[in-house]
Amino acid sequence: MNLEHRSAARFKPQAAEALQDDNLKRALAKAKDGFVLKRLQAVSNLNEFESIRTEARRIKDHVLKHLDYYLEEFERKVIATGGHVHWAETAEQACNVVQDIIGGEGKQVLKGKSMVSEEMGLNAALEQRGHTVVETDLGEYIIQLAHEPPSHIIAPAVHKTRDQISDLFHQEHPKYGLHKRLTEVPDLVSEARQVLRDKFINSDVGITGANFLIAETGSTVIVTNEGNGDLSQILPNVHIVTASIEKVVPTLNDASTLLRLLARSATGQEMSSYTTFSTGAKRTDDQDGPEEFHVILLDNGRSKVLGSDFQDILRCIKCGACLNHCPVYGAIGGHAYGWVYPGPMGSVLTPLIIGLENALDLPQACSLNGRCGQVCPMSIPLPDLLRRHRFKAFQQGLIDSRTKYGLTAWALMVKRPRLYHALTSVLTRVLALMGKSKGSLRAVPFASGWTSARDLPVPQGQTFQQLWAKRK
Amino acid sequence: MSDARRQIMANIRRSLGRDELPESAQLELRSRISEPEQGIRPHFDQDLAERFVEKLEAVAGTVTRVPSLKQVPAAVQNYLDQYQIKAKLVMSADSTLAQIDWPQDWQIEHRPASGGDHVSVTGVFAGIAETGTLALLSGPVHPTTLNFLPDDHIALIRADQIVSHLEDLWGLMRKHAHMPRTVNLITGPSRTADVEQTIQLGAHGPRRLHVVLVESSA
Ligand code: SF4
Repeated sequence: MNLEHRSAARFKPQAAEALQDDNLKRALAKAKDGFVLKRLQAVSNLNEFESIRTEARRIKDHVLKHLDYYLEEFERKVIATGGHVHWAETAEQACNVVQDIIGGEGKQVLKGKSMVSEEMGLNAALEQRGHTVVETDLGEYIIQLAHEPPSHIIAPAVHKTRDQISDLFHQEHPKYGLHKRLTEVPDLVSEARQVLRDKFINSDVGITGANFLIAETGSTVIVTNEGNGDLSQILPNVHIVTASIEKVVPTLNDASTLLRLLARSATGQEMSSYTTFSTGAKRTDDQDGPEEFHVILLDNGRSKVLGSDFQDILRCIKCGACLNHCPVYGAIGGHAYGWVYPGPMGSVLTPLIIGLENALDLPQACSLNGRCGQVCPMSIPLPDLLRRHRFKAFQQGLIDSRTKYGLTAWALMVKRPRLYHALTSVLTRVLALMGKSKGSLRAVPFASGWTSARDLPVPQGQTFQQLWAKRK
Repeated sequence: MSDARRQIMANIRRSLGRDELPESAQLELRSRISEPEQGIRPHFDQDLAERFVEKLEAVAGTVTRVPSLKQVPAAVQNYLDQYQIKAKLVMSADSTLAQIDWPQDWQIEHRPASGGDHVSVTGVFAGIAETGTLALLSGPVHPTTLNFLPDDHIALIRADQIVSHLEDLWGLMRKHAHMPRTVNLITGPSRTADVEQTIQLGAHGPRRLHVVLVESSA
């Protein structure tokens, strides 16, 4: 796929191309079951999961209703603890703020993983000014070497096979005197650690994202496993945090409730290795830590999503569970979606940020299996929101005919026999219910172009393959 | 006030269909912050230390339990021997660590860690039984680099420092009425799953995390 020219408007050809990519297929197959299984275990080990989920939803809805208050309160506390807050309406403004803070040219900038900085296009902006940007999360480092954007919000290099990573390191690391082609996971990780160590120690600025902002204390919170986000913020003199405005929560206790859901839903851990609360710049007596602390609050259209039919998406804590459980994501990976956020949450959020007219196919990239909504720890009704986008597109005359609905996803599915079987078994049950009284269906949802000329016999509640298997 | 800030605030309020909140509503929100809600805590019956150890070991941390501070040097020695590491330590200057008679021939320095340091020994502020988590606060006696740069991080905790849930940690900190520059909640050694989703320890932070748990504060 030509990643430089990918776009949310070209979803279909990009998805078609992704389906032909054998490496991608292999990498995604490896990842998926692990994510799903680990989450399931972690969630079933927590008896209180459902009640915590209800609580989490209540907290976030409360914040959104009082977003102005909590942002101002957060700002007040950051300033009181010696930090700075900068506001940006657009990605471009946010990049300019970062440039102004960094100043000069030719600085070395460390980056901890931050999806908001992807949204900003920050790396390109900094490089244009002659700064060197070093991604320090291993996954981000790998894709930076490959000149690719992340394909998953928590596992940015999930589309890469180990073989491809071996090749990348073998190609890029000789300049550090490392010439051997390594193939084992421990060796690859160890070599990246060695290469990045020097960069950690010799950089001017560290930029991280934030999983939460805390109004009570003015703290920004990052959740990581590698420790890269920590080294990125304690070693350089300047720590810059890029965060979107909906990340704020009232108190440390509220953050604790959300933390109980985040790691479990993301990686199946109870707690990630490192959860770090950063408050202000280093204190006068501290022996290490950054001299300057800046938080950039990016809106990028979110304030207008507030109060709209799509407000629920602002509860998202970017855990990635909806991606991991989405059959379409599992078949095509993240790049095909064409913009920063892939999978179900991306298909809801992207049109809101870059405009529905620029992402018409994303809300169609869905087989209506409903799993994303079921696993979302923040109870975001993702399938409903996707349908709402479709309806809006139709209403605004952006889509010419209803036959387009769902056909993209359907076309993807039939090329993947196993997936198709899994989904058709769900669909046939639904269809059986719908046609219960008539014995045949006049219209199949989203395929009216086909059924307008013929009636579809009502499925018997099982697919042919299932019947066949039973018969044997 | 910057233009962007004014615009964002205006957009938020327009979307919410109201002006700035009236004073009474702000007061209510202020007390929601000053008297934080307690949240729903995962229930467990276990003894706090038991639970802490079990959870930490489940995420590849290791633990040695010793009866009192006197046995700490021997426990550290054992650990160093196990991995054939020299007794050359960077250490936080916590009051608990200062009470210990470290062997004369060990090389101990109290300073931030650098890239070349192999082992750090630090105190902690608290442990959290719920998840086997250590809470470390930055400060003049405890540079944060000690928690991340060395390959081996040895942390000393007294049993009476272990609290039940995350909210209890915040409760303790509010009592001390201060938030340091950095609070590190550490749950196991550094790890990554970025190569084919295979978990590998020792990504950028410590390859190993060892806890010496002291049963009595005497
Ligand atoms: S929409 Fe829900 S499941 Fe998806 S990333 Fe956000 S919080 Fe996680």
